[in-house]
Amino acid sequence: MAEALANYVWPWLAYLLVGVLQAGLLLIVPLVGAMFFVWIERKVSARIQDRLGPTRCGGKFGWLQLLADGLKLITKEDLRPADADAVLFRVAPYISLCASFAALLALPFSNGWVAQELDVGVFFILAVVGLEVFGVILAGYASASKWSLFGAMREAAQVVSYEVPLGMCVVVPVMIAGTMNLVTIGQLQAGLFTNWFIFHDPFTFITFWVYFTCATASVNRAPFDLAEAESELVAGFHTEYSGFRWLSFFMAEYGSMFAVSGLAAILFFGGWNGPIPVASLLGLTPEHGPVLGWIGNLLGLLNFVLKCIFGVTFMVWVRWTLPRLRIDQVMQVCLKYCTPIAAVMFLGATIWTFLLPGGGGLRSMPYAQRYVLNAPAVEAKPQAPAAKNVAIDSGSAVNDVTAVSRTAPGGE
Amino acid sequence: MQLLTQTVGVSHFLVVGAVLFIAGVVCMAVKRNALGVLMGIELVLNGANINFVAFGSKFLRSDSAYALGLDGQLISLFVIVLAAAEAAVALAITLNFYNNHSTVDVDRADELKG
Amino acid sequence: MGPVNWHTFFFYLYALVACGFGVAVVISTNIVRMAMYLIVSLGATAGLFFLAGADFVGAMQLMIYVGGTLVLLIFGVMLTAQGPLISLRTSGGDWIVAMLLAGCLGALLIPAGLTVKSWNTGRPDVKEEVAQSGAQAVLVSADQKPPVPTAGDMPDVNEDGIPDKQPITAAPLGLGLLGARVDKLENVPAALRPGMSGYLLPFEVISVHLLVVLVGAAYLARSKRRAGNRS
Repeated sequence: MAEALANYVWPWLAYLLVGVLQAGLLLIVPLVGAMFFVWIERKVSARIQDRLGPTRCGGKFGWLQLLADGLKLITKEDLRPADADAVLFRVAPYISLCASFAALLALPFSNGWVAQELDVGVFFILAVVGLEVFGVILAGYASASKWSLFGAMREAAQVVSYEVPLGMCVVVPVMIAGTMNLVTIGQLQAGLFTNWFIFHDPFTFITFWVYFTCATASVNRAPFDLAEAESELVAGFHTEYSGFRWLSFFMAEYGSMFAVSGLAAILFFGGWNGPIPVASLLGLTPEHGPVLGWIGNLLGLLNFVLKCIFGVTFMVWVRWTLPRLRIDQVMQVCLKYCTPIAAVMFLGATIWTFLLPGGGGLRSMPYAQRYVLNAPAVEAKPQAPAAKNVAIDSGSAVNDVTAVSRTAPGGE
Repeated sequence: MQLLTQTVGVSHFLVVGAVLFIAGVVCMAVKRNALGVLMGIELVLNGANINFVAFGSKFLRSDSAYALGLDGQLISLFVIVLAAAEAAVALAITLNFYNNHSTVDVDRADELKG
Repeated sequence: MGPVNWHTFFFYLYALVACGFGVAVVISTNIVRMAMYLIVSLGATAGLFFLAGADFVGAMQLMIYVGGTLVLLIFGVMLTAQGPLISLRTSGGDWIVAMLLAGCLGALLIPAGLTVKSWNTGRPDVKEEVAQSGAQAVLVSADQKPPVPTAGDMPDVNEDGIPDKQPITAAPLGLGLLGARVDKLENVPAALRPGMSGYLLPFEVISVHLLVVLVGAAYLARSKRRAGNRS
């Protein structure tokens, strides 16, 4: 897009405008999405608790309530405790917001619609989601209050501990796909919903549930929300925050929920591919022209956003159903249950994929095809040992590749 | 602004690595807080990492065949892992020291002084 | 003046942030502020890694170094930052010795980095290399088969030497850790031919090392039976 625009304005202005446009579109997710998810939370929690939720502001469904809440929060007085470290107190909410927003940079919303296509996209999202903990720690410390510090410590321990099983759960679909590139992983699941990785083998199915548990813990949602436990710590690390700063923490939390739901959608549920490939059936693919391709991608975007909303709604549902876990129970679940289960699932998925005849091998083998299967002929002696290793790999890989019936990235 | 039109080479990265390394060494030498010394160690390791990655990069030098390639990146991966391990142990030692002496001031760690 | 080279611009941005906040770590006296500056400095270092084409190492720096090691460090800082321990000042004499040391190191390292000519000039001039038809050419091999992208290289480089796509380093790094150096299969330069070994042994050593560190740190940090009782 920037190259096309560069024909009309100076190149640097073209890139700047396109960058600002993409950043603006992505900013909608934490800013506006947070309000939308708050509305969902209030409605869903109300129904679970056998009441109605907001019904007065904005007609029967109370959708203007979110706007009213946002206005109220912005106009609140901006407090700061006298003992608080001024700079750190002010900076902390924005660190959380930035980390949550940056995770959306590598998330593809449709085929090719990604702000920055990274070859290590999965890894990057995990890394940045883990950086959100700094905002929380700083908020807890800089608030100069006991409850804040306790909440912050608990949250930091929890987030850092749950990164381990989260990483292991994420590795399973990455291994099946053979790449960490999120766009490629989405493209590999095109077609019917049976192509989705969650239905690839029972181990991946279970892995999804472990991933969901770890993701819920990672974004500090109940039942893992010790850090904000209203009944114990007043409000945890954001006790001393009011108005827009508190809103920033909230937006960061919902943005992160969206990001991990989006990651789950791409890794396990096919990303922007619907259950039935409507777009390709209707002919809305790029082969039929750029406009139709764009419309097809728009359908994909709708699919993806719906899956993310469903993921967030599921987290809200779980929050209002299950009681809160104590901090030692949280650590137990991580170290004694999630991590071993994730490790066993990884082993099982590996065995299923590579050793069972119906497993299919890697869905896409870009590197294997490039380096192993097409390895050049041995010319000189020093290269012989390397080629031998390569030949051993290529032997088993070739068997898997030829046995695969549904392959070819982008071939659907 | 002539700077912004030229390409950066390995030497630019080496200068950054050197500055971080020197900052880390001074931090290790000067800080009285044990955790400050630990931060100096992290800075030193990062300076070295920048050097490794710079040498391993194929498009920061005009003779790219002599770049270390993935060797530089692999070594920096190992350095990151080892730095994490060493920070964990150093922190355990520091917290033990704090529990016993109620201070993290390294000048107070003089019980073995002859 | 020609068009702005944005790679250079971002390099200077990240380099200034990294160096500036690194120096701020040294100058600051408040331990919590020092930790914050260190986080920013190491985050900017990750940006420098991305700019040098090491995307996997950059992501790993963010995830493990900043997101793990520094969180650990911050934990330690929070637990021990009580009262007078937040700001411990050093005497002037120590500062003078340290500055002397810094000066000597700087006088040694910085000119050493700047002297080698081939390090100064930046990205390879692709047109020149192809014209020279040297054995060290990155793109075109002598027997006219289409260039197979090798690991660590930019897979597509246009005629100005500017990469079209991003580097592929994750899978070749993984395979290198398993012992297969796939990045050196095709374009084995004569100068580096002996260095074709894989990294399987260091990988195993590091794994055992991490296990030892895990056990050791857990033992060191265990809760004692009675306060003040060292075993």
